[in-house]
Amino acid sequence: MPVDVEARVIRNTRLSPDYNVIELAAPEIAAATAPGQFVMVNPGRGGDPLLRRPFSVFEVVREHGRVTGLTLLSKRVGITTTMLFDAVEGDTVSCLGPLGKPFELVEPPAEAWMVAGGVGLAPFATLGEALLARGTKTTLFYGARSGKELFYLDWFASRGIELKLATEDGTHGDKGRITVPLERELQRAGSADVMVYACGPEPMLEAVAHVAEKYGRPSQVSVERVMGCGMGGCYSCVIPVKDAGGGQHYVRSCIGGPVFKGAELVWD
Amino acid sequence: MGLDLSVDIGGLRLSNPLMAASGCFGYGVEYADAVDLASIGAVVSKGLFLKERSGHPPQRIVETPSGMLNAIGLQGIGVHRYIKEKLPELRRLGATNVINICGSTLDEYVELARILSDAEGVHALEINISCPNIKEGGITFGCSLHGTFDVVSAIKKVTHLPVIPKLTPNVTDVASIAKSAEDAGADAVSLVNTFLAMAIDVETRRPKLSNIVGGLSGPAIRPIAVRMVYECRRAVKIPIIGMGGIANATDALEFMIAGATAVQVGTANFVDPFIWSKLLAGMRDYMQRHSIARIADLVGSVDTSTREKQWISS
Repeated sequence: MPVDVEARVIRNTRLSPDYNVIELAAPEIAAATAPGQFVMVNPGRGGDPLLRRPFSVFEVVREHGRVTGLTLLSKRVGITTTMLFDAVEGDTVSCLGPLGKPFELVEPPAEAWMVAGGVGLAPFATLGEALLARGTKTTLFYGARSGKELFYLDWFASRGIELKLATEDGTHGDKGRITVPLERELQRAGSADVMVYACGPEPMLEAVAHVAEKYGRPSQVSVERVMGCGMGGCYSCVIPVKDAGGGQHYVRSCIGGPVFKGAELVWD
Repeated sequence: MGLDLSVDIGGLRLSNPLMAASGCFGYGVEYADAVDLASIGAVVSKGLFLKERSGHPPQRIVETPSGMLNAIGLQGIGVHRYIKEKLPELRRLGATNVINICGSTLDEYVELARILSDAEGVHALEINISCPNIKEGGITFGCSLHGTFDVVSAIKKVTHLPVIPKLTPNVTDVASIAKSAEDAGADAVSLVNTFLAMAIDVETRRPKLSNIVGGLSGPAIRPIAVRMVYECRRAVKIPIIGMGGIANATDALEFMIAGATAVQVGTANFVDPFIWSKLLAGMRDYMQRHSIARIADLVGSVDTSTREKQWISS
């Protein structure tokens, strides 16, 4: 069951002129969050902005083994993300969650390949930790526009997650889209059992799902649609899903997702 | 002081005046983990057609100042699946169920009313003649006096349930539509549905909604909705269910003082799914502060006399 917390901002770390990681004192939510789940947040006061916005839980923060909060990875693009970027310690952010269907975890001998585009890195910190706890060999494919927008590389590497990077301007890793190293590694993977997890812009998710399918690997993708409530009430965040009969129907990504099997989605 | 929050809507007794507005609360079951559905006066279902509908393609909502536009397009599972898949759970949870029905033709409304009148656990029918987002929907009925009269009287002939047409604000005179509904035998009216509106992305020059236009809801519309409830209160004797941008107990009370016997909450539930207990607590607090034992005594109690005198003397 989701809870609503007026969460105090514990710290706010600006990673770049656009990206920040904000830590919120919402231990009730953090402790109940499974990898891939999200929270609906509103940093505003007096009804501006009116609606909450969805964010994947980035990290579950623990101090001395006790869960103390969660972080959100945010990229400044609109009103809410600007407020989250500008927030200072002691501000409050209303935070509702955890919400949505989490990722399904794979176990050895299966490997996990997490594919992140930009701010789509967000669900992979908790997913990576959960996979490693099961002994699953985990790789992060992480793409961004430039090397300056690749964050938390040490965080992942120090935990034993292998990194495969790509940047559109070629400043770090492969030059081009993240599907470049992904496809190369799939060609090399032989008969290995691999689950592909992806989060990022929808064109990237579509490309990743297709590449995975081409090499006979299943995928789970976390989508982001314009969402009103996060609870299944408003029917705004729908995404087309394939029917058994060859047609399609709209599924609410807040409660039917945000994680879907790559093969079940109909790409617009 | 013992507080009585119950109200009567055309023979339907509600334990309190709060109702979850159609299209803003799924089918109700989505919120069962977060909210005790029996604690809400009534749950109004998402609009139901006879058949399933896929609705409009995304983008379906956009936020605007103190409000939001939506053009969902009445995606829905249809009446038969609703009765089979949702109603048993709603009954088990003790919800008071008002079913919002939508037809493309008079016959469809009548058929829906017949089907639902035979179903266990249906307490009233809200007649959607006001959705601004679909061409074939009941808006054509809801925008004319005759259309409203015809659909309400046809439904009244086939059901024992309270019949509550939901009115659109997108007309010249909503009070005359309410009067037409009353003349046709409506047990109550609910108002307002959303205001037809539009938002454009100036960078791309494209409408922000796939449907181009949508319905505006949220606090932005509240003063207009309060005025419309006030006008309807003076035009009809049947109970009015008021709605439009209610975000806290004060807003709910404003509608009741303007003339609403009950109120519906929609957009605010998106913002805060736990709003219901806060609204009830706020209403109780108000009743205590003003020594009002029965909330029904508040209905239509707006005092315009002093205001008029002051205006005349100034």
